[in-house]
Amino acid sequence: MKVVVDMNKCQDHGQCVFASPDVFSMDDDGHLLYVADPDESLRDEVEEAADVCPLQAIRIEA
Amino acid sequence: MTGRVVVAGASMGGLRAAEQLRAAGWTGAITVVGDEPHMPYNRPPLSKEVLAGKASFDSLAFTPKAAAADVEWRLGTPVAAARLAERTLDLADGSTLAFDGLVVATGMRPRRLGCPGPTAGRHTVRTLADAQALRDALTRPGVRVVVIGAGFIGCEVAATAVGLGVREVTVVDPLPLPMVGPLGEAPARALLRRHEERGMRFALGTGVAGFEGAGGVEGEDRVTGVVLSDGRVLPADVVVESVGSVASTEWLDGNGLDLTDGVLTDEQLRVGGLPYVVAVGDVARFPNARYDGVPRRVEHWSIPTDTAKHAAKVLTAQLAGFEVCLPAFAPLPTFWSDQHDFRLQSFGAPALGKGDVRVLDGDPDGDVLFGYHRGGHLVGVVALGGQAAAMGAAKYRAQLLKQPALTA
Repeated sequence: MKVVVDMNKCQDHGQCVFASPDVFSMDDDGHLLYVADPDESLRDEVEEAADVCPLQAIRIEA
Repeated sequence: MTGRVVVAGASMGGLRAAEQLRAAGWTGAITVVGDEPHMPYNRPPLSKEVLAGKASFDSLAFTPKAAAADVEWRLGTPVAAARLAERTLDLADGSTLAFDGLVVATGMRPRRLGCPGPTAGRHTVRTLADAQALRDALTRPGVRVVVIGAGFIGCEVAATAVGLGVREVTVVDPLPLPMVGPLGEAPARALLRRHEERGMRFALGTGVAGFEGAGGVEGEDRVTGVVLSDGRVLPADVVVESVGSVASTEWLDGNGLDLTDGVLTDEQLRVGGLPYVVAVGDVARFPNARYDGVPRRVEHWSIPTDTAKHAAKVLTAQLAGFEVCLPAFAPLPTFWSDQHDFRLQSFGAPALGKGDVRVLDGDPDGDVLFGYHRGGHLVGVVALGGQAAAMGAAKYRAQLLKQPALTA
């Protein structure tokens, strides 16, 4: 699974961090960090993260 | 599974319902019917980025999940009437659509002021078309703007107008402070101060009695001013009405449902005691088992997705002939609002605890975190300020999730 976040859209709401803490996190300044190639077993939670992103900035490829 | 589920309403709730029906195992047909000509799109940017010209309309469309690729979309086709006992819908184009299961997802439309005066120059912000028309109006040089209603949308639109360089932006509200209904007094006062510092004006504690107009051509009077209840007149070339919304449920009339404010559901989002009808999104008036069990509509962005996930499981189980053995629906509300250069971020239900608001961290003049309490329990947090404040609120999310129900 490949995860792409459009960082031009991302506004650091952090809702993805609640949905999928294994893949998404915030640095000390409150900016988003993420794992671009998470394990397939995390698909459900990554889909949840994509759903709850207020900017719809998260895309799951393949 | 065979048969057809019809989703009435093609906004975010309708899309999520279709996707979640597939996720819940529904393999029959799905038809989504909607009145707008567009595929579902994201609405929060309408009052901010779209109005400011920073986001194109194209960038707002949701990308449907692959599992929902076979969903049939009937756009630009409002539902005219429902005969729930017969399991049929009448569409505005004269056709009839039979269903085995129905998802009510028709959402809300803006409430309009009924006071006398011209209608040209008066706007609302709910759809793409609304936002486009308002942006065109706001970008004409020298316009004077009056926003009626100091709630979230009103304050966002007014802040965006100030950001666009509009020099006269006034917000009118019968209440003494902006957003005081959902937030309570101290946070509302902190918001008012921030808005005034950034050039927004307010006429608070007064309603609207009517509109003045001019233009001369019969039937084409344009608004030139807003007449307040206290007799003052605010000159205005552009008026934005953000005075709440009305549930789009007329098509359900005649089915014996409780439609007093949206469509009443039970704790599993079922409608009218029928096992084959559920409701999602802000049209649903549902009890939240996390709080006091009182059915309420919730207009937060997160609710269409939350309700769709639950309702799709309920409907799929019922159509398959299974008992529903899910816990009662109990979402944790969350909302945000971006205004000027600051963000308001909320978790939980502050409105239920606004009688006991305490500053948990920071200072109302800067980054601040408010805690809302009921019966001594924390029921909501609201942060105001920059990203650090929003992260501060998020730290309380787990605590809010663990709180016992208010009725416990």
